[in-house]
Amino acid sequence: METLKKHGLKIACMILLIYSVWQGFLGQVPRQAILNETVRNLYFHVTMWFSMIFLLGTSVVHSIRYLRKGNLENDLISNAYVETGLVFATLGLITGSIWAKFTWGDWWTNDPKLNSVAIGMLIYLAYGLVRSSMPDEQQRARISNVYNIFAFVIFMILIWILPRMTDSLHPGNGGNPGFSKYDLDSNMRLVFYPAILAWTLLGFWIANLRIRLKKISQLTTENE
Amino acid sequence: MILNEIRLLVRKEIQLEWRQKYAMHGLLLYLASTVFVCYLSFKAKQQAIHPITWNTLFWIILLFIAINAIGKSFTQESAQRNLFYYTIASPEAIIFSKITYNTLVMVAISLIGIVFYSWVMGNPVGNFPLYLLSLVLGAIGFSATLSMVAGIAAQGENTATLMAVLSFPIILPLLLMLLKVSKSAMDGLSIQENWDEIAILTSIDVIVIVLSGILFPYIWRH
Repeated sequence: METLKKHGLKIACMILLIYSVWQGFLGQVPRQAILNETVRNLYFHVTMWFSMIFLLGTSVVHSIRYLRKGNLENDLISNAYVETGLVFATLGLITGSIWAKFTWGDWWTNDPKLNSVAIGMLIYLAYGLVRSSMPDEQQRARISNVYNIFAFVIFMILIWILPRMTDSLHPGNGGNPGFSKYDLDSNMRLVFYPAILAWTLLGFWIANLRIRLKKISQLTTENE
Repeated sequence: MILNEIRLLVRKEIQLEWRQKYAMHGLLLYLASTVFVCYLSFKAKQQAIHPITWNTLFWIILLFIAINAIGKSFTQESAQRNLFYYTIASPEAIIFSKITYNTLVMVAISLIGIVFYSWVMGNPVGNFPLYLLSLVLGAIGFSATLSMVAGIAAQGENTATLMAVLSFPIILPLLLMLLKVSKSAMDGLSIQENWDEIAILTSIDVIVIVLSGILFPYIWRH
């Protein structure tokens, strides 16, 4: 992501973040029964998942590139994106859990969407295990990138198809209204879309830093 | 061409199995003892078992047998022999032949399993054809997913641990759908009422098989 190296996007990311966090805590939101102020979580919880899916998707693109070209750099990049994606997934789980405590009354409920995401996290933690179980660099790269592509497809089935098959308490599922119903005057969209962009940019920024860090540590170990 | 290769490789697997008979006997014994352990710990003590527990228990038994049976797909034969296959057959033919053979094994195990399981644990299934259909779809899905995972795990140092850790989360979406369909079968719902679920199960099976065909060549090359 060469374009990200330019400072423009970083500044844009910071401005958008400040805007969306400011609006997220202080802006006007529609009054809803039960939800009350927790509707603001839309700006913090849902955006994490968007960011995670973009990060994991980019990682798959690099995995495919590695398998086609055999360049170890793509493997390194793909790995950094997966790791950053996992950080965002963890944040998404935490923000979701806090929201659930105040809306559903429990930190964790038996809900298909929550369970799917938990399984998805297990799949990606296993990815870390695959990587650490193989000492040889080329072999590790090949196997973990194959697994990454496989895992992404299963993960997409898990979060896009399965929760739609069962009733769910989660907004937007099982007859529960999603956010578009809460917000007929589109005020929330003015914050929500910039927030998605902001968190995604932040994710790519972090991933980019990780990639650079990994490259440097690789160089230093080679020089030793 | 590739179909011919797959046919020959599947025949080779069956012949190898037929001559040793060790793996199949092992699986049947595993099945029998697990079912009997379940019988002793559930049915014999409490005289009754809840239909949902009955269904879930059977799928968990099948899952463990599948992981055991398919997990050794690539470690059973020596590295030299695998190298020999590598030189004479295309990787697609290898993985598709493994999937086909494992599907045959899993269908056989599921059918024998359901008969034995019903014998000792009773059979509360309302719509038996639908239950059998879910067993067949499950056998295909299990063998496709686990063959691919076995290929990955065989590359690592600690195959058994890797196999368990990799396969459980990856098989779960499939298992959840299977539990849903087989639960409907137990309630006696018709196939038409479960058309959506069956379509999704079939498409998961197809996606996994196609994905294995695309990705396996990269694992096999070493």
